[in-house]
Amino acid sequence: MLSLNAALAACVFCTLATMIPVCCSRSCLQRTLLCLLLAITGLLACMAGLAGLLVGGGEFTLPLGLPWLPMHLRIDALSSFFLLLIGSLLLPVAIYSQGYLRGMANIAPLTVFMPLFVLGMLGVVLSDDAFTFMLFWEIMSVSSYFLVTFEHQHVENRKAGYIYLLMAHLAGLLILGSFAILYAASGSFEFAAMREAVISPLWAAIAFLLAGVGFGTKAGMVPMHGWLPEAHPVAPSNVSALMSGIMLKVAIFGFIRVVWDLMGPGDFQWWWGMLVLAAGSGSAVTGVLLALQQNDLKRLLAYSSIENIGIILIGLGLGMLLARFEYPMLSALALIGALYHAINHALFKGLLFMGAGAVLHSTGTRNMEVMGGLIHRMPWTAALFLVACIAIAGLPPFNGFVSEWLIFQSALMAPQLGGTMLSTMIPFSAAMLALAGALAAACFVKAFGVVFLGRSRSEAASHAHEVDHWMKLGMAIPALLCLLLGLSPVLVIPVLDAIPQLLLHTSLSDSVHAHGWLWLTPVGTGRASYSAPIILAGMLLLGGLTFWLLHPKGRTIRRSVMWSCGNPHLNARMQYNATAFTQPLRRIFSGIYQPEEQTHIARPFHTLLTQQVRYIVHIQDMMVQRLYQPVADYVLSLAKRLDRLHQQDIRAYLAYTFYTILFLLALLSIKQSIAAYHFVPLTQGNALSTQLSVTQPRLPVAGLVTGLAV
Amino acid sequence: MSSASVQIIQAVMLLLFAPLAAGFVSTCKARLQNRRGAGVLQPWRNLRKLFKKEVVMAHHASWVFRFAPYIVFTATLMAASVVPALLVDTPLSLTADVIALVALLALARFFLALAGMDIGTAFGGMGASREMTFSALAEPAMLMSIFVLSLSAHSTNLTTMITHTLNSPFALHPSLAFAMVAMVMIAVAENGRIPIDNPTTHLELTMIHEAMILEYSGRHLALLEWAAMVKLLLFSTLIVDLFIPWGMTAQADLTGVVIALGLWVVKVAGLLFVLAVFETSMAKLRLFEVPEYLSGAFVISFLGLLSYYMLEVGA
Repeated sequence: MLSLNAALAACVFCTLATMIPVCCSRSCLQRTLLCLLLAITGLLACMAGLAGLLVGGGEFTLPLGLPWLPMHLRIDALSSFFLLLIGSLLLPVAIYSQGYLRGMANIAPLTVFMPLFVLGMLGVVLSDDAFTFMLFWEIMSVSSYFLVTFEHQHVENRKAGYIYLLMAHLAGLLILGSFAILYAASGSFEFAAMREAVISPLWAAIAFLLAGVGFGTKAGMVPMHGWLPEAHPVAPSNVSALMSGIMLKVAIFGFIRVVWDLMGPGDFQWWWGMLVLAAGSGSAVTGVLLALQQNDLKRLLAYSSIENIGIILIGLGLGMLLARFEYPMLSALALIGALYHAINHALFKGLLFMGAGAVLHSTGTRNMEVMGGLIHRMPWTAALFLVACIAIAGLPPFNGFVSEWLIFQSALMAPQLGGTMLSTMIPFSAAMLALAGALAAACFVKAFGVVFLGRSRSEAASHAHEVDHWMKLGMAIPALLCLLLGLSPVLVIPVLDAIPQLLLHTSLSDSVHAHGWLWLTPVGTGRASYSAPIILAGMLLLGGLTFWLLHPKGRTIRRSVMWSCGNPHLNARMQYNATAFTQPLRRIFSGIYQPEEQTHIARPFHTLLTQQVRYIVHIQDMMVQRLYQPVADYVLSLAKRLDRLHQQDIRAYLAYTFYTILFLLALLSIKQSIAAYHFVPLTQGNALSTQLSVTQPRLPVAGLVTGLAV
Repeated sequence: MSSASVQIIQAVMLLLFAPLAAGFVSTCKARLQNRRGAGVLQPWRNLRKLFKKEVVMAHHASWVFRFAPYIVFTATLMAASVVPALLVDTPLSLTADVIALVALLALARFFLALAGMDIGTAFGGMGASREMTFSALAEPAMLMSIFVLSLSAHSTNLTTMITHTLNSPFALHPSLAFAMVAMVMIAVAENGRIPIDNPTTHLELTMIHEAMILEYSGRHLALLEWAAMVKLLLFSTLIVDLFIPWGMTAQADLTGVVIALGLWVVKVAGLLFVLAVFETSMAKLRLFEVPEYLSGAFVISFLGLLSYYMLEVGA
């Protein structure tokens, strides 16, 4: 019960935090209280998660909610893991916010909606019935809308918020649809009943598709990602860190909860895994290709989130395929890989957004083209940002490599599954994962290189200043966790092992431990192994030895001007910038990007005297263009047609009302007479409930019957 | 002779022989072009000269620029010590499988590219941009050809893969042929050899690797050059390990190790000679034809995968 108490306490502290603007009006006090309460919430969530994974969870029924439906809360291994994920990023973000929000005017909306947003995410993870789930899901979506539009004086922020709200509700509707199918099959809103329910394959497939697209929209899966690169950059950076680090993972949690837990591996059909795998591969490659072409630092990070969600989906898709073909051990490996990547991404993307926030805070811009050389002005931020860049590029000895390695292993170990098509699809998706990983490395060389290295490209960048200790501390914690998770997968995986035990009834911990704590050996000792501690120790030893042997003691290195091919007038504008760095990729993948390039050459005096060259390149997200614009156009034309109805006189409206009532009465009387003729209860006539196994008979709605009897 | 001592011998050998291998290739090329060449030992002389020279850094070079050579060198050396050259089962071979090996080399490349961008010259950024672009295209092809190999061995551990090849009866597998062609193509690209990049030219607008290290001098440059040589030998050893491992010893006894050493020298020298022949007979590709070359390698390795499933699984 420890974990449940801690989780409930976390929710209480969150709720308390929403009251801050009522209690005090001084901005400084509001900020301190908000950060303190959020930090406590984060700590409690971590405790709840750890206790849930190590000791075990519990159940609780809150006397809140609808009269006949109290709120069911439960902590199992899956929710414990996601509680831990929420807590481990919330705590540093809360510390960071203490520095970041300083000097920001009117933070009252933040003090209300940030805790509410966190409460929504905690609630989704804790809920044990569909009603509670959807309630907290909507709290999460709506409060994050207000966070996205925090700086609502800018037009693009309002537009981004609107698109976000629209897509979030589309997602909510689809998820509701999948719950409706599960409800119809089980006759109850409680998850326990839904797990027991038997669903026909067709309805299971529809529920899977609804849940997949719904949760996928919220997670930023391609092609439903249109809102993500709009919404994440415009939110305040601490909120972006939470949205990208945690909220996308809550969507992944929802997907696992509904598809893996409520429906269960027994219901998986072979094409489900294929579909998730394809969506994951597509998201990973598309996300990183678009990330590469961004010049707005936070937009680049947002697109890279799409890539990482893709990697998680590749892991989940592999797991589903392997579970379908009865390889529970390998499926558990893929699932662990996906979950490992989820927590990794929360940490390093949270850190990256916080770093981007620090840069924004000190230079006042998100445009990478005017940055440069910040490593001299902001050494701490640069070092911590570099850690996150190495981690997200999937390089040892940090954590990003471990999770990608686990997913690679499960893809490679996959034996032949039904048919050549299926068998080649798996290595192909692994190759896409490799492509995405290598492109991510290029992307973050660009991000770090253009922002922090080289020479400053503007006044603002050359006068940047280091951020305060709160922000440094907030960024240092996830950086440290990135290293720890990278070094000790052998200690972490047994903790996560409760999740495959819950979902697949298999355990990985024996084979992981086979070679002791130093070597990670998933599935069999001879198959693959990796030891991060030895690699790090070896590199430190060799590097230290080389440095000690070669470095002349007591002499500083001579500094001189850089080599400039004999041209004395090199300036900062001659450096490679963000647009130039990705020019080769723009050319290689021009079929995907379809860039609009314009070159203007000004020769005012003579045809041979070029005075100015201007190059403009514009890259749009083709997926959004092709997919979203037609829908938007159609809705607009429909609305225009409906618009005619809105401009008529009062007699027309009265006539509409009259005809509507007539129509409804006619409908009711027809239904009534049919029911009287067949002697069957009113609601059993519909197709859905006859196909599904109905466990409890449903009463006809009371008001309808009495109204007709009169 | 314990396996640990063989491990150390092996790592030191890869480190010390690397300049010789580079010298061997350039001597072979010189002879093929009817020149006398500078001799096999020339890379060693170059390194010695560079280690003695003073380091000069640009005014605004940061710590990334200063420490990158050490990181690049140690990551490459770490990768080299993982690859078995003489003994099949070395103590360190469990530390990293092939995927981790590729990632270690990627770590080295990551820091090299960052160092290229640190000074803020156009050349550095150009090299970094090209290196990261082409390596991003090379990586899936390389992993794909490793996948083909790991499919029959059921492992990505080098030791297990070599043991599998040694113990299975000799037969011609079409999938292995595809994988080998792809792997050789990628190895050429990863090491910046002709037709992708030319390691002997500076100040060409098409250079990649040399553009990144243009600002380096003294011992820093020596470390980077040495790391590049180790990488060449590492890839040759890897190809030998994966496709023609016969002769490697399973026990760490003196005669076995000596025989393995002799055969390893012969095999690697053969491979490097083929490289020299190719470099002499080929011109460098235009920069934007490189992606076609790399995607060609990917397609070949994918064909290897298909042929494995279609021809070899049932048989």
